[in-house]
Amino acid sequence: MHYDWSFGFLLQYSRLIGVGTAYTIGFTILTAASGFVIGCVVAITSLSKVRFVSTPLVMLVEVFRCTPVLVQLVWIYYALPVLIGVELSPAVAAFIALSFYGGAFYSEIIRGGIVSIDVGQWDAGRALGMRRFDLMKRIVMPQALKQMIPPLVNQAVLQLKNTSLLSVLAVPDLLYQGQLITSATYRPLETYTMIAVIYFLILFPMTRAASVLEARLAR
Amino acid sequence: MSIKEGSGPVSDVPMIELAHVKKAFGPVSVLKDISLRVPRGGVVALIGPSGSGKSTLLRCLNLLTIPESGFIRVGESTMDFTNGHKLPADRQLAAFRARTGMVFQNFNLFPHMSTIRNVMEGPVTVLKANPDAARETALGLLEKVGLKDKADVTPDKLSGGQKQRVAIARALAMKPQVMLFDEATSALDPELVGEVLAVVRQLAAEGMTMVLVTHEMAFAREVADSVVFMRDGVVVEEGPARQVIDTPRQPATRAFLSHFHSSGLQPVAANG
Repeated sequence: MHYDWSFGFLLQYSRLIGVGTAYTIGFTILTAASGFVIGCVVAITSLSKVRFVSTPLVMLVEVFRCTPVLVQLVWIYYALPVLIGVELSPAVAAFIALSFYGGAFYSEIIRGGIVSIDVGQWDAGRALGMRRFDLMKRIVMPQALKQMIPPLVNQAVLQLKNTSLLSVLAVPDLLYQGQLITSATYRPLETYTMIAVIYFLILFPMTRAASVLEARLAR
Repeated sequence: MSIKEGSGPVSDVPMIELAHVKKAFGPVSVLKDISLRVPRGGVVALIGPSGSGKSTLLRCLNLLTIPESGFIRVGESTMDFTNGHKLPADRQLAAFRARTGMVFQNFNLFPHMSTIRNVMEGPVTVLKANPDAARETALGLLEKVGLKDKADVTPDKLSGGQKQRVAIARALAMKPQVMLFDEATSALDPELVGEVLAVVRQLAAEGMTMVLVTHEMAFAREVADSVVFMRDGVVVEEGPARQVIDTPRQPATRAFLSHFHSSGLQPVAANG
């Protein structure tokens, strides 16, 4: 089989590719942050044993953990608006789906980090007269965070990969731009190869950094 | 600290008062109707076999363990758990605990903070003290426990005895009305026990009101004013330290103390 590789034409699409990369990274950062907040809330309430708050939250988490992100994206974009009577833009639907999907996994990581802290630390903080919030902020979280960083980074890597599903809702992420360029140029081989390379170039340093961090924290 | 106020005419009002305290963990009744009074400046040693409820009783004194029923007063703070009272809110519990200092068997220093930050943590976070002033106080307390030169190291660089002395300084930084020691020397290598007991001895001499759960009978006999012997969640015998340890009245107390006569107790008894 003979094929003339030629990446040169992609230069004229550099703006599209730039926008796509920005969307991919932007959505990752945004949904990782909101997912972390959701994860914290779920983890802390589920640990606080306030049943009427924690039970629905835990159920919600299970729903997001046990269904594919793609199904969640499609459901939130097409089905949720019918239920609540509010039209959602693709970006908003994508933001909701990815935040909660991430949050579902973050909550388990955070919960694990918190319960790994020795009860003696809680006792010591309480004995000083600390209230719940200060105890979390000053004593438990700083120690728990150290344990959580490696799995949180791994989850962020997955989160970035999952943003490629946004293309299904026509959110102009990296993959979606690739599809646009392909349909304009009929050169899928170069285009998708380049898309894959860009993902790799973003994620490889991230995973390297994660393992360096892990090794350093383990010391 | 509470020493100065203690020498006044109010000293006949007990600093700690506990009445009809009960606690069960599931079906196991750990404290069965305990009442206890500790005078201002008094030092009480709680002794007894493991599982006797002495640590639970100590933890009830600062509400780290919440009793099912009973009445607890430490200084001016009271908590009433008699029937019909709902569980105290987080804020009330915190305020109550802030006035007592507690030292744990496993030190429980905050590993992510330097020694001096450990000592400053209570005043700065709970009492909203000025950090510079808190640092000064903390340095003074570290000096008092002989560890001023360790102010900027993290706890993992300290020996067990040093950790426990920092833990004592951390508790003292809150200017507590009473100090509670939960087997403060049980996790230490034998050669490190002395340096911690020396600090406790000094606090006793300064008039600090203290309750100690301890297995150091010789020390209890020397430093405590009174000894409370517990078994199976009840107070079996209490009285002046020397009397209870040297000439226990109850057979259960005698049986328990007989385990100690061969070890630490005898030499000190000979000196005393």
